[in-house]
Amino acid sequence: MSGIVDLASDAGLSWLGGASSVAPRYDLLFAAMVLLCGTVALGVLVAIVAFSIRYRAGAGRGDAAAGRRTRAIEIAWTVTPLVIFIGLFVWAAHDFVALYRPPADALPVYVVAKQWMWKLQHRNGRREINELHVPLGQPVRLLMTSQDAIHSFFVPAFRLKQDVVPGRYTGLWFTATKLGEFRLFCAEYCGTEHSQMLGRIVVLPPAEYARWLGSGSEQPSLAQYGFARFRALGCSGCHDPASTVHAPSLEGLLGRTVHLQDGRTLVADENYVRDSILVPGKDVVAGFAPVMPSFAGQVSEEDIQALVAYLRSTGAPAPGDPQGARR
Amino acid sequence: MSSVAEATIDRVGDGSAAPAPSYLDDGHSLRSWLTTHDHKRIAILYAISITVFFFIGGLAATLIRLELATPAGDLVSHDTYNKLFTAHGVIMVWLFLIPSIPSVFGNFLVPLMIGARDLAFPRLNLLSWYLYVLGGLIVLVALALGGVDTGWTFYAPYSTMFSNSWVAVTLVGVFVVGFSSILTGLNFIVTVHTLRAPGLGWFKLPLFVWAHYATSVILVLATPVLAITTLLVVAERLLQIGVFDPAHGGDPLLFQHLFWFYSHPAVYIMVLPAMGVVSEIVPCFARKRIFGYRFMAYAILGIASIGFLVWGHHMFVSGQSLAASLVFSLLSFLVAIPSAIKVFNWTATLYKGSIRFDAPMLYALGFIGLFTVGGLTGLFVASLALDVHLTDTYFVVAHFHYIMVGGSVMAFFGALHFWWPKATGRLYPEVWGRIAAVLIFVGFNLTFFPQFLLGMRGMPRRYHAYPAEFHQLHMASSAGAVVLALGYLLPLFYFSYSLRSACRAGANPFGALGIEWQTRSPPPTHNFDRTPVVPEHVYDYAPPGPRPTRAPAAGAKAS
Repeated sequence: MSGIVDLASDAGLSWLGGASSVAPRYDLLFAAMVLLCGTVALGVLVAIVAFSIRYRAGAGRGDAAAGRRTRAIEIAWTVTPLVIFIGLFVWAAHDFVALYRPPADALPVYVVAKQWMWKLQHRNGRREINELHVPLGQPVRLLMTSQDAIHSFFVPAFRLKQDVVPGRYTGLWFTATKLGEFRLFCAEYCGTEHSQMLGRIVVLPPAEYARWLGSGSEQPSLAQYGFARFRALGCSGCHDPASTVHAPSLEGLLGRTVHLQDGRTLVADENYVRDSILVPGKDVVAGFAPVMPSFAGQVSEEDIQALVAYLRSTGAPAPGDPQGARR
Repeated sequence: MSSVAEATIDRVGDGSAAPAPSYLDDGHSLRSWLTTHDHKRIAILYAISITVFFFIGGLAATLIRLELATPAGDLVSHDTYNKLFTAHGVIMVWLFLIPSIPSVFGNFLVPLMIGARDLAFPRLNLLSWYLYVLGGLIVLVALALGGVDTGWTFYAPYSTMFSNSWVAVTLVGVFVVGFSSILTGLNFIVTVHTLRAPGLGWFKLPLFVWAHYATSVILVLATPVLAITTLLVVAERLLQIGVFDPAHGGDPLLFQHLFWFYSHPAVYIMVLPAMGVVSEIVPCFARKRIFGYRFMAYAILGIASIGFLVWGHHMFVSGQSLAASLVFSLLSFLVAIPSAIKVFNWTATLYKGSIRFDAPMLYALGFIGLFTVGGLTGLFVASLALDVHLTDTYFVVAHFHYIMVGGSVMAFFGALHFWWPKATGRLYPEVWGRIAAVLIFVGFNLTFFPQFLLGMRGMPRRYHAYPAEFHQLHMASSAGAVVLALGYLLPLFYFSYSLRSACRAGANPFGALGIEWQTRSPPPTHNFDRTPVVPEHVYDYAPPGPRPTRAPAAGAKAS
């Protein structure tokens, strides 16, 4: 990856203002596309202009017999774009797939979007509105959902965007590579003040970030808060190992392979946890009766995120496994 | 007055003193128009109604560009702005672009081009116009009541749960207009299958007819999905049936899949007929057989079929699965290949031609240029990693305007100038036609090219107010829109003027070879006084020879 990054900065693309590890790869591909497509467009333009001048009426250069045998030419300009397009597809897909593979050590940040603001919460419980502080050079992974319409988390300097959808989690990870402040836009139309749903990403040196994170009023960490909710909502009544109710243990659930009653198998991710709280009948674990009531309407999106953070703290595998949802 | 016009002032028409009146003179009462079954009159009815909607949609666009001339949202309120871009999109897509070339020129020309007296179902044709008008009026009622603010994409759950505007009424209008599309498509399919003149095989058809055939298949297959989707949105909105809203157990991505299953093919509904128009104009004014006729026909079919399988490229960052995104990206690259073939073939048609630059040709060449830019920028947004940044920015706005306005509207004007003499029997002032073509081309690029740059820099679409760093490019775009608006208004004047002028067109002022040029201008109600002659090859143009504008009689080259 660093090879590509170096290549991109060698190509003189740093002026585009990219500020994430993704940006140089994006800029390189974009520049390549501009070159390629620009060449084709220019070629077509030159051909049209040249033919228009050379073969204008009255020039007397017309020849009705020309261009009657076309098969070889047609095949040539069908196959050539085909090969180039497949190459472009692979290149762009390769970069795209990387967006689905967050590093294992990515810092989790929990995001709830609503008309018309961004609410963010860090692992230690520190909350922000329309602002996200992140450390330089360290991967960050956002776990996002919306409380109402669809929104989209868009940071142009990072060349990244991800829709934030109600009813499910989507993910986005990045590593900031430049200090400073960068614009955060909502990119999916969401109603009256869509154009006011703005924010900023503040990239700090790691030490300063740690200071920033630790400052502010003392509060329980997100996992601690999640544990409190776990007890208050009565989850622990059944899911605690000591419980007499026959319910699956949730310890280290995230990332674990789960076998379901109906024969399906899935890897437990945040969406699975979320669905199991709100629609418990959807994915019933094999060997258990579908007795859990739905908690829809009783838990807020922030509560669910806290519960997820708590479950993650119970010793799950790292979040960087390939099956983990980016989106 | 240009040489073309002078050369063709021909008061005798094609000389065969036909007793039957032209379709325009076959009854002058309003009733005779509103109850007509004549495909040509219905085409005129469509032309008038879509022109009205074009200027209403254009007015909305004007207000949008005025608002965006400054970064602050200071001209209209947030809600008004949101309603303006929604009205612009809904009107331009469903009430102008989709019916534009098919319902006006397809209606007028498909029977003439295949030597038929009318479409297969003339009454159904009239019904489709009434449905169109009814749907259009319902949309206008919604607008008058206070408008809609969802964007033309009506994304759920915003449209079903959170919007406080006239969503249901507008969608009912769209639903009704959809049936007009379906009926027109059905009519064209049956007509092309059953009413071709004897001897007119499939590979003798003009590419215009091929394009309309393919378009009709899309209309018939895709529009019902739009109808279903609009009904589901209305049901969820009014009855709280959980289909799309997760709060009611629905899935918002389901809406996007259903919507784009129609709306992506709809792009090809808008652009395939435009390609058909350009394929008629370019060989005629290059005096050259179209390059690779069969490949052109196959390319049309290729676009129409692969076009059904690319809808998910609108959803790369929506949360759809990685596997789906990969497949849709690859297919989106593939659908670009037949489009590329068409551009190359039009260009190659110019080679060793004898090219004249009358107004229709200027529009057609403008189409090729703008469509090429639109198509190539489509590759950017088909590229997964690039789309993550570019989607929902002005880059996408610029891209689809290059296709739909730079492409389709340019071709619509090309068709208007090419077949105006045939439809009205009058010649428009050629110089003004050329001036308008250049104004539209220049104005279009001034308006929309800056929007590519805005999108590259991250300017999101549908923003009422925007950060100051985007101001200069928005200013440039708004300034260009002034030129573009002038270009669009100009034809209104010289076409109206031409209706009253004495410059009568002959049967075939451009020396074209299509069967539609074998009849008088304007044609009689029954289309042909004599049985039309099917040419050996519809594009058998020859570069040298006499000046084609002086072709004295109908079908001179064909017979």
